[in-house]
Amino acid sequence: MEKTVIMNQEAISRTITRLCHEIIENNGDCRDIVLIGIHNRGVPISERIQIKINDLVGVELKRGSLDITFHRDDYRERLIVPEIKGTDISFSLNDKIVILVDDVLYSGRTVRAALDELNSFGRASKVQLAVLVDRGHRELPIKADYVGKNIPTHEGEHVDVTLKETDDSDSVFLIRDRD
Amino acid sequence: MLENKHLLGLEGYPGKDIQTIIETAFNFREVLDRPIKKVPSLQGVTIVNLFFENSTRTRISFELAQKRLSADTVNFSASSSSLKKGESFKDTSQNIEAMKIDAVVMRHPTPGAPKHLTNFIDSVIINAGDGTHEHPTQAILDMMSLYEKFGKLKGLKVGIIGDIIHSRVALSNIYGLKIMGAEVTLCGPPNLIPKNISELGVKYSKDIDEVMEWADALNVLRIQKERMGRGLVPSTREYRSFFGITSERLKNHKKEIVIMHPGPMNRGVEIDGEVADGDQAIILDQVLNGVASRMAILYLLCGGKKVEGE
Amino acid sequence: MSLEKISKNVMLKGGTIIDPYHKKEYKSDVLIKDGKIFEIGDFDPPKSCEIIDCKGKIITHGFCDLHVHFREPGREDKETLQTGSIAAMAGGFTRVCVMPNTNPPLDTPESINFIIKKAEDAPIHIHPIGAVSKGQDGKDITEMGLMHKEGAVAFSDDGLPIQDGGIMRIALEYSKLIDVPIINHAEDECLRDEGLMHEGTISTRLGLPGNPDLAESSMVHRDLELADFVGAKIHIPHVSSAKAVDLIRKMKKHKDDVTAEVTPHHLFFNDEDLISYDTNLKVGPPIRTENDRKSLIDAVKDGTIDCIATDHAPHTIEDKETTFDLAAFGMIGLESCFGTVNKVLCKDSKMDLMDLISFLTNRPREIMGFDCDLFSVGSSAEIVVIDPEQAWVFSRENIKSRSINSPYIGKELFGKVQYTISRSHLYKSV
Repeated sequence: MEKTVIMNQEAISRTITRLCHEIIENNGDCRDIVLIGIHNRGVPISERIQIKINDLVGVELKRGSLDITFHRDDYRERLIVPEIKGTDISFSLNDKIVILVDDVLYSGRTVRAALDELNSFGRASKVQLAVLVDRGHRELPIKADYVGKNIPTHEGEHVDVTLKETDDSDSVFLIRDRD
Repeated sequence: MLENKHLLGLEGYPGKDIQTIIETAFNFREVLDRPIKKVPSLQGVTIVNLFFENSTRTRISFELAQKRLSADTVNFSASSSSLKKGESFKDTSQNIEAMKIDAVVMRHPTPGAPKHLTNFIDSVIINAGDGTHEHPTQAILDMMSLYEKFGKLKGLKVGIIGDIIHSRVALSNIYGLKIMGAEVTLCGPPNLIPKNISELGVKYSKDIDEVMEWADALNVLRIQKERMGRGLVPSTREYRSFFGITSERLKNHKKEIVIMHPGPMNRGVEIDGEVADGDQAIILDQVLNGVASRMAILYLLCGGKKVEGE
Repeated sequence: MSLEKISKNVMLKGGTIIDPYHKKEYKSDVLIKDGKIFEIGDFDPPKSCEIIDCKGKIITHGFCDLHVHFREPGREDKETLQTGSIAAMAGGFTRVCVMPNTNPPLDTPESINFIIKKAEDAPIHIHPIGAVSKGQDGKDITEMGLMHKEGAVAFSDDGLPIQDGGIMRIALEYSKLIDVPIINHAEDECLRDEGLMHEGTISTRLGLPGNPDLAESSMVHRDLELADFVGAKIHIPHVSSAKAVDLIRKMKKHKDDVTAEVTPHHLFFNDEDLISYDTNLKVGPPIRTENDRKSLIDAVKDGTIDCIATDHAPHTIEDKETTFDLAAFGMIGLESCFGTVNKVLCKDSKMDLMDLISFLTNRPREIMGFDCDLFSVGSSAEIVVIDPEQAWVFSRENIKSRSINSPYIGKELFGKVQYTISRSHLYKSV
């Protein structure tokens, strides 16, 4: 196995700052924006975005977390029960601009499940997607609005994100399985 | 995945699986608080509610749980079927199985009937009450409610009050609570307590006030007139006097004891209306937790690919 | 077919005879001519003779079962005299007494006559037991005298207890006219209530209504006291509890004509075996605790119990393959009997083989007054050849009854019947 560091702590921090600028620039009135982090690592990233945007424009955006376990399209195929972290959205999404936040965008199925689940909480006026990494290979017609870094992957490669809040450090690795 | 394919009872059930079910149930509680209370997890799954015995509450609870999970439900009640025409249990079961059902939720008046069903059908079987034997989903929702209130089950002191010998709720609660490390004391008329019950690790006291002093929570059972073949209780006023959870009794006990009841209640017999409607009772929470825990059980048992030869 | 009418002479060669009546055990050959014992000793086989190699095997009296249900008339779908006979021979039994709880019950001289006539062609000896009360309703006693004349050997309402003590007294007193035993199914209906299995820890765990041992012992107590008071013979069927054993033991100390029987299943199983809700273990009286089982074994060993009787109770698949409450009570037991009691009593409890055989042969015969001297030259051959050391697994193929309600399928038994000779018929189990 070969492990290459693509982003270190500093790079991640700069990237998140840039994403925040893009979000603000794109949406004008920040007060209608809510951040929804997708478990697991989307949650701490959404928290960092919330703090940074508050630093930048002095607005504290509402934030919630989404556990897509019950909306997965592969539950009947799985033989193990995924660990459920729980959904926590304590406000209505009606007429809000929802920014879904996740660490890696890959097949798009997680985002599809998240969009499905969001429906249970109201009718958002807009849903946008912010990801730290886009590694390509979509299986559904899903596109991220805000991308931290594009890391195209080949077969036998995958992307690993670690964050201080969930692991021990901030980094993005490209893992290549050796034959 | 849970260790057992079916949920027939809590006797010998793995404690870690009870824990998993309760934790999953709390997640489904959150779903029940959403504006749109539906998740697609069991889409395409067909579940039959096979009720050979009358029950509105349990069946509705299961039906709601099934629909909230987007499963397709079919109801079968004994009176409306060919069972009256003498079709055997075996034939009824096999007819239903031939229609490609994924799961059966069964309530039957005979102990062991769900186990007997496993001889005829391949689907997942959930026991919704088999005569005087077990009612595992009730015990799970009871434990979930206790967990919600106290944050733990280990070391909790639970009193079960009433007609124990005819109560499947009591037996399942005894098994479940003991597995999760709680202490159980039974209280009721001596002729309604099974002779060998102490071998299940529970105590007995005929003094309700003594039990109320000791317990953190009471599970108050209904005096079941239809199960009693002969007059096993002399009168309802006698029962209320010695075992009823009355307002006065509750007032006389200083501490905050939690009151539970599986329903339906005989107000003024085993429990006073005032107590049932009061702050210490969590009876309505039990009902909501009932839907959530049944969702968890269905979700955990019906999900996952069938392994070859299962 | 394993059953054939003997057309030529049969010689049992090289075996060891156990004669429990004379208490003798010796190596010997046996020659059977025209279905009768012709010669016992050491001799050359005659011309035209079927030789059965009995080397290493035991030759003994055919077994006698005082308590079987052959369901004829009325439920021939479960068993008939003919199919029951084959099941009996497969189990080494050459003589049985059939219980009267048929449909209609055997409660008249005419119905006794029906059985006697039908049994004329049977390969084994079949004796009818007559009902104690008309229609088995526990109210009016039957024409015991006339029924005895027709061939009834004892009287019982088996399946149902004689609940009314007054009627039991009348029955016992009247039976003195013909001097045959009354066999009462001792289970007080009120105490038994809706009980489906022994009342104990297991019934609590299974949520099944319990049938306490008191239901049996209280009625055994009543019956023993009545028989003593009245001075009549009494035979206690299918004893299941330690409490009843104690009462019988005590009464036997001063009363001679008290006898008792035990079933193989009460010696083999205990209530823990019912944990799977197996309806083949649903019997009346119920299978009780390990303590009760041990008391029954001790009771056999010390003679408190006089004989083994299977209570062979065939039921159709529909009657058994249902929920526990609706399943019929009873199991078949003829084919598995020797393998089970030999295992429990001889192999596990170190009982002497000759003693065990006497519990299956001369002791039950003595109770009914049947001939016990079965190795006398000239007597009609009632013989069984057994291998008492053979370990085998009871399977579906071993069942010859019309019904298959046996909990022994798959169980390891010890000791197997090889050949059974009775009424000029030879049955080969090998």
